[in-house]
Amino acid sequence: MRLSRAEYKDIVRATEQLRPTRQCMKILKDRFPNHSQSTLLSIFSLEYQKRTKRTISRHHAADVVESHYQRYLNEAKARPAAPVLLEMANEVDLSPALMGRLILDRFLQDVSGEMHSKAVLNSMLKEPSLIPDQVLANNIYQCTINDCCYGPLVDCIKHAIGQEHEVLLRDKLKERNLSFLDENKLRTMGYDKTPDIILEVPIAVEGHIVHWIESKASFGDDYSHRTYLNEQFWSYWNRFGPGLVIYWYGFIGELDCQRDRVTAQNRILQL
Amino acid sequence: MAAILDLHLRKVSSAAHLSSKCCSSGQQERDSLPFTECGVTVQKHQFVSFLLNFLREQSSPALAHGTPAKTPNRPRPAAQTGGLSERRACRSAGSATTSRSSSRVQLFSPPSFSTTWNPASRPSGSDRRHGQRPSPFQSQKRRGGRGSQHSDEMGFWDTGSKKPGRGGGHSRSREQLSPPSTLNFNNLEDFPPVGSSPISPLISKPSRRINPTPVSAERPRSKPKTCFTSTPFTKLSSPPMGAEVLDGSMRVGSPLSLQEERELLKREKSKRAQQPAASSPCLSSLEPCTPPKTGVLGGAKVTPELQTLCPERSKVTFTPELDLLAELYCACISENLVPNIFLELFFVMQLLTSMSPPSNDRCYLKQVHNCVYFAVTVLENQFQLVAHLDKGALRLLAENERVASFSPALRDLLIQAQGKSSAKLSPSVSTFIHSVPFQPDTDNRSNFGNDKAFHTFKKQRDVFYEALREWEDLHNEPGWNFDASLGGRIRGMMNQLTSAGNHSHFARLFLKQLVQMCKGPRMSGAPGEPPDADLLEMLGADGLGRLKRLEERLIQPHGIVGPCPPPSFPGHQEFFRDFIQTASCCQLNQHLQDSLCQQLLQLDEVSILSPSASIKEEDEDGDMEQQKQRFSSVLLLARLLAKFLGFISFLPYQTSERPSREIQEASVALRSKVSVPVLDVCAVLDNSVRRRRTILTVPWLVEFLSMLDFVGPLLLCYRTALGTLLLLYRRLQLRRCADVCYLNKLLLVSVLGWLFHDCIPLVDQQLLYFCCPFLSEFRKLLAAFVSGSTAKSGGIIRKITPTSAELKDTPIANRSQQKLQGELEQAFFHNQPPSLRRTVEFVAERVGSNSVKHMKATLVSELMDRGEKILRDKLKSLNFNTSKLNESICALLCDAGLEALERATRFCDEKSLEAVRTLLPEETSPTVLRTSESITKRLAAEKACSWLSANITGKLIKDL
Repeated sequence: MRLSRAEYKDIVRATEQLRPTRQCMKILKDRFPNHSQSTLLSIFSLEYQKRTKRTISRHHAADVVESHYQRYLNEAKARPAAPVLLEMANEVDLSPALMGRLILDRFLQDVSGEMHSKAVLNSMLKEPSLIPDQVLANNIYQCTINDCCYGPLVDCIKHAIGQEHEVLLRDKLKERNLSFLDENKLRTMGYDKTPDIILEVPIAVEGHIVHWIESKASFGDDYSHRTYLNEQFWSYWNRFGPGLVIYWYGFIGELDCQRDRVTAQNRILQL
Repeated sequence: MAAILDLHLRKVSSAAHLSSKCCSSGQQERDSLPFTECGVTVQKHQFVSFLLNFLREQSSPALAHGTPAKTPNRPRPAAQTGGLSERRACRSAGSATTSRSSSRVQLFSPPSFSTTWNPASRPSGSDRRHGQRPSPFQSQKRRGGRGSQHSDEMGFWDTGSKKPGRGGGHSRSREQLSPPSTLNFNNLEDFPPVGSSPISPLISKPSRRINPTPVSAERPRSKPKTCFTSTPFTKLSSPPMGAEVLDGSMRVGSPLSLQEERELLKREKSKRAQQPAASSPCLSSLEPCTPPKTGVLGGAKVTPELQTLCPERSKVTFTPELDLLAELYCACISENLVPNIFLELFFVMQLLTSMSPPSNDRCYLKQVHNCVYFAVTVLENQFQLVAHLDKGALRLLAENERVASFSPALRDLLIQAQGKSSAKLSPSVSTFIHSVPFQPDTDNRSNFGNDKAFHTFKKQRDVFYEALREWEDLHNEPGWNFDASLGGRIRGMMNQLTSAGNHSHFARLFLKQLVQMCKGPRMSGAPGEPPDADLLEMLGADGLGRLKRLEERLIQPHGIVGPCPPPSFPGHQEFFRDFIQTASCCQLNQHLQDSLCQQLLQLDEVSILSPSASIKEEDEDGDMEQQKQRFSSVLLLARLLAKFLGFISFLPYQTSERPSREIQEASVALRSKVSVPVLDVCAVLDNSVRRRRTILTVPWLVEFLSMLDFVGPLLLCYRTALGTLLLLYRRLQLRRCADVCYLNKLLLVSVLGWLFHDCIPLVDQQLLYFCCPFLSEFRKLLAAFVSGSTAKSGGIIRKITPTSAELKDTPIANRSQQKLQGELEQAFFHNQPPSLRRTVEFVAERVGSNSVKHMKATLVSELMDRGEKILRDKLKSLNFNTSKLNESICALLCDAGLEALERATRFCDEKSLEAVRTLLPEETSPTVLRTSESITKRLAAEKACSWLSANITGKLIKDL
């Protein structure tokens, strides 16, 4: 879906006060019934990440971490069955998954000293049953499943969606008898930069030549498009010529202004 | 010498004698054959020089708005007494303030000041130095007397016929060349000393305010607003009048600030107001001749007020004298005795379009009637040359009412020539620009020494293209500066390159990108190419007259730069030049040089179809066209590479100003001993002459040599090469060559213009115009005359980009579809190995050619038999009827043509398929194979069909 910047701004404004919870997603969806849930979630997720980047540092200060941790210990002791961490996260306006990570990290310092590795931390976040403290494990689990922006579950979903859309893209190309080299093939051939797809025979999309296609299972906003351009698209452009990026969940129409170089689409066009 | 001319002009009867003397120049004796009349011994070349200068002086009042090649040859007091500093001051002041304000077209013009190109000037982006273009004429002059330095800017030319090795001795000939002060055609006032050419009214009567903008770092990329070829008017006007004031102020040396310049102009103005022309007798006599409001600024212009003045054949005076002058002049042109035939042609066109109020002075070319008469006479005489101009120029000439009224015969010839002219001025250049493709064969990890080098290069490639994109998007924005915006990133990248040892990889990428973007003819947006050439052609002069006002607002600037513009880096070339300058990386430059040199020498060896190879047979199959295309592509590429090779090679020696004589001598001594020239120009040139390949070699050598620094031409190797080129130029005269290779010669004559001998008609008009875009100046001058609007807007027509209303129901969609299809085809090859493209093109070319051969052997011969039979039958029958006969043959041909196309296409389909399958690698993916096949089929069929449809009728009729 190609959104005008004005439409996009409306949505962004509506997300400003929302928390990364299912309830909030429902509010957003009711407010913008014409937009798909994926688009809304993607926009929200990007906005929420920006918000988090702005504020995360204040939660990382040692004294803040310590006070969060002590509060958790006290409340978990008082109400072992309650979703203490989730409530705390909502209260201090931090992503539940990140709050869980913060507390678990602090917890592990107590258990195994300063020496615990990031890998251990990550594996425990993914699999809370590995956490030696049952109450904490429950709390971490609640945080993970109630966060729609951060955490191992979300990462997993995002990855799966990304894969799914790449497969979808390849299927659609095959359906249309377009032959192409995919990322894996390109890597074995020694390419230094590898888009998802390089077409063996270029096509024209809305009058623009397309040599390569990159699939993005997200919404294309200013920040992400700029980042992608600098890290990926320009590199593709100067190696393989102009190409196409597919933002499956839509993008800001105004961004599609370099069409001789990179064209943005939110679907495979009828060719 | 002047006396001789005078004598002959007085005794017109002996004109033929003099003219034949001038023309009788046998190749070897030309320079030595003296005139020994009136007890004066004059070298012939001195006479030529004198004649050219004489003509310019004579016509200067009439051409106040644009005389080319004002060529004073008398050392002026100021110049003689002034030292180096003064000359320098004049130079810089001239370029900063005045070049833009006058429009005299010079032989050797001060180059563009907008192109900052020497390293020394990077921070300030100061003017490019004058006299950039190395020429034998100039190189000798540089070694010549100091007192004559001014002549550089003035477009002085001397004959250049002295042996290249000889130095000194120059001021002597200069003295001889000067018109003796006692010379008296009628009176001295009418024949003013050269240095005091009366342009002063330009200053004393400004019709509007000029805001001088110093051309320097502030606007490094701004397009020059007027002629590069302008002669600084201070040079012309200051010494006799405001010499002290101007000289004094100009000693400042560096470009003056705007305020200073204004002050200067103000002072100058008031000074002149106080002493109205009294200081110069010639001025007082000439002032009335200069039309008011002309020539305030730039380019040859036409004042609307004056356009009503109609030159009339009956008012021509001095006809016999003019005839004589024209004859002499034409002889000089025909014999290549002039330094640049196109400059002379331009001068003639300026005479044709000149404006001058009536005057009673006795002066051969002061009156417009005489100017036009002279011009038309010369044009008639030089018709063969004129006929090779582009269609637009020819049309404008043919429709020029002056030509029509003075010589209807010439007009008719011009109309005829229009039909034959094929030069197109605004070729449609595909704007579809690719980056250099990543090819695993040359670009993947295995081509790098280590991982670090590989990954560093990955980033560098991205930085390079980032810079290119930014330049494309922003370089036309006001205030954008290459070094300020990209310098840091580029130099950082150079440091990384050095640490990773990736220079050769980067040099390869850089050059490939350069070739990709700049190989073709000038990019759109390059200065001086109005996009409306077709419109001019369509409407013609009449329509244009009516469109005058509209045009004023709509068309692009008609910046008339004259036929001798300085070397430049148009379009994307500017990016690459600035990149090299900004990077300022000696390792990169070395790699670039190596690679350029290697590629050039390879290109120079490319086989041009040899004259002995049966051209006739090949040509019939349409292969000649292919050869021409190949040649033109090789030539354009070689010229581009040579220009950059020259640029990089002489970059270390570039100075903003000519070094003093002592420094010059020292560096000549040093450089001829120590540095090895990057390219052995003499060997290349000699080899090329021996193998009769000058048509390829000379144009690119000229590009290379055009980049020489001040001292370069003094070095033995370049001096010798320039001397050889001069000899070539002198030896080849256009009128002596057959029609087929006229354009070959014309190209050589134009690029140097110098010329040798070749028998294959490789050059077409389009290529000529690609290589010599300055040839379109003729059309611009003529168009400016027709529209008559240039004067009002100061020689520059304001540009408003028009938005056309969209036409309904036009096949635009269709055309854009076709264009897209073409782009897709090009894009297809982009990411495939280069061998794929070569294979496809080769197969298509061969199959197409075979198809034609096959058709000729089968269908055409069959048709011949049938046609013959029809003819015989009809001829036998008693009452045969010609029209009926024609009808039946036409019907036969029509059917046959269709059938031939069909059969040829079928033939191409089958054969292409087989050949492509056989030649492409087994592993080629099916889609790629299919696409290659269909492209090959299309190309082959296209080639075959275009030949068949063009030739089948003609051939049959001829043979029958």
